[in-house]
Amino acid sequence: MDWKKLANTLFPEGHSISEQNEFLSGEAQVDGQTVAVIGTTGHTPIGIEIALAQAQAILRTVRDFPGRPILMLIDTQGQRLRHRDEMLGINSYMAHLGKCVDLARRKGHKIIGLVYDQALSGGFITSGLMADACHALPDATIRVMGLPAMARITKVPEEQLTELAQSNPVFAPGPENYLRMGGLESIWHGDLAAHLRTALAQPVAGDQRSALGLQRGGRRLAQPVIDAVLSGAHVQRV
Amino acid sequence: METLNYRFENGTHRLTAPPEVVGVVGSGNLEVLIEPASLDGACSIEITTAAVGFGQIWEAVMRDFQQRWLLADTRISINDMGATPAVVSLRLDQAVQTMLGDAP
Amino acid sequence: MSRPVSYQEATARERLHHLFNAGSFEEFLPPSERVTSPHLPQLNAPVAFDDGVAIGRALLGGVPVYVAAQEGAFMGGAVGEVHGAKLVGLLRKAVADKVAAVVLLVESGGVRLHEANAGLIAVSEVMRALLDARDAGVAVVVLVGGSNGAFGGMGIVTRCANVVIMSEEGRLAMSGPEVIETANGVEEFDSRDRALVWRTTGGKHRYLLGDCQRIVADDVAAFRVAAQEAVASLAGGDTALSLEALEAEQKMLSDRLNNYGALHDPIDIWTAMQMPDAANIPMLDADSFVAAAASHRHGG
Repeated sequence: MDWKKLANTLFPEGHSISEQNEFLSGEAQVDGQTVAVIGTTGHTPIGIEIALAQAQAILRTVRDFPGRPILMLIDTQGQRLRHRDEMLGINSYMAHLGKCVDLARRKGHKIIGLVYDQALSGGFITSGLMADACHALPDATIRVMGLPAMARITKVPEEQLTELAQSNPVFAPGPENYLRMGGLESIWHGDLAAHLRTALAQPVAGDQRSALGLQRGGRRLAQPVIDAVLSGAHVQRV
Repeated sequence: METLNYRFENGTHRLTAPPEVVGVVGSGNLEVLIEPASLDGACSIEITTAAVGFGQIWEAVMRDFQQRWLLADTRISINDMGATPAVVSLRLDQAVQTMLGDAP
Repeated sequence: MSRPVSYQEATARERLHHLFNAGSFEEFLPPSERVTSPHLPQLNAPVAFDDGVAIGRALLGGVPVYVAAQEGAFMGGAVGEVHGAKLVGLLRKAVADKVAAVVLLVESGGVRLHEANAGLIAVSEVMRALLDARDAGVAVVVLVGGSNGAFGGMGIVTRCANVVIMSEEGRLAMSGPEVIETANGVEEFDSRDRALVWRTTGGKHRYLLGDCQRIVADDVAAFRVAAQEAVASLAGGDTALSLEALEAEQKMLSDRLNNYGALHDPIDIWTAMQMPDAANIPMLDADSFVAAAASHRHGG
């Protein structure tokens, strides 16, 4: 989806978002409140430059505009697969971005992620998945890898994976599966501006994703395992 | 994957230590979990293996192992990724020795 | 004293046995609980009774710490639903029990592809739990020295710790050389050029760039000493993230990009850092290397 169209739909009260080399940044008005907007577009791979640019924008928001909510707009094909990025330590750049998001949260900034197009693998893990809550548009593509590639690596025939994917969200791409597993808070159908207002008004209560995954039936063991470690009891399977 | 179950009655050697695990589930290797269990004097062995169709060899290796140790009231559980019979015997002996407290 | 034990060649449980006070490791959800992956059997893949990670408490030189050790031989140490939840549970328990430190023995290719979506979410939950622990005053120390290295999501998790200790043999990165070669060709990254792979992702390069704080020989005892010193140095101090620290990291990473972004080989970077006899760095033993790097390396 074209980010300008998205921004105009999300922010009927206006915005000043601009794009530079597939990096999005700016401000927008929501219910008279200013929201910082940071994101990527064009399915861009997340390399060290764009990870650093996002981190910089978050740090600037934390320093100059304490408490201002941050919306992360996500569209990426995943981490950039280059020798140069690895040589310079792309994992450190990604971790830095994740830590900046985490710091902003602790400093009282509400952080919302929105997957408006693609969210793949390493490009997603330190952005949307570090937010207080991550949402997606219904047509978004979310996955670690496609079923054909997964079939090659796991040596399980693609037809069998496709069939398993019907009953187990763990294998299959798509926002519905991430919703069931608790990785997404919600999918935004219809009035996007209204969804955004609701998301901004929602209270923050720590990382609830494993609890959501259990409640929605997509990840039945994560929360019981966490609880068993904490309590010293056996895992209570449901 | 294939699951194989064996049960040997009338062992004499009871183990009392807490459960132990030896080995890892990696290529050509296996993990052996050994624990005391009330089994009316028997030793039960359950094997889950990635190499299908080797039941007869497993049975021979397990009989051989039980003849060496004559375990009673012992449950052994194995996750295998294609270990050779020699490696299987080695890990089983290691598991018992670890329980006995004389592992290296 | 006993002979050196190779950290790289040891299993996760052997590392726990040798690193911590004898007999002190007390496991949470041990193998006898049989908390195995619910997803692997559906794909006809073997399970492990600990799902590839042992967690618990232990004494490090007499100091109580919480620990986790990933088993690289089981699916490359990759993170699935149960494996990830054990790490999250450990980190949350460390906060609840107010332990001084968590020591993570990371050896992992990242997300377990057999449980792709659950693994991806789990790794981000581990990141958040780790940073929650740091914020609550729990120091987090990561050791990287296994042959599978710390890659993918676990390469990111590693860089969320207070201190990273590596051996030269340890590798820390994001995408594996094979993945990059498959995506962009052998001229982009020749995964069979072992020297290039280690120059690019190995402990010495990470130490020089400032992505790890200590480098030690491939010896469990050396890791133990470094981990003890790291835990002691962090005790009672501020373990949380701060704006100042992240602004300093922003500058370090931005300088790295500006200074070395146009270079093609780690040797070029070492030369630009004015390391003496840069081409010979891979040949130095750990002590000589640390001495040579002292006035040239970046980071704290």
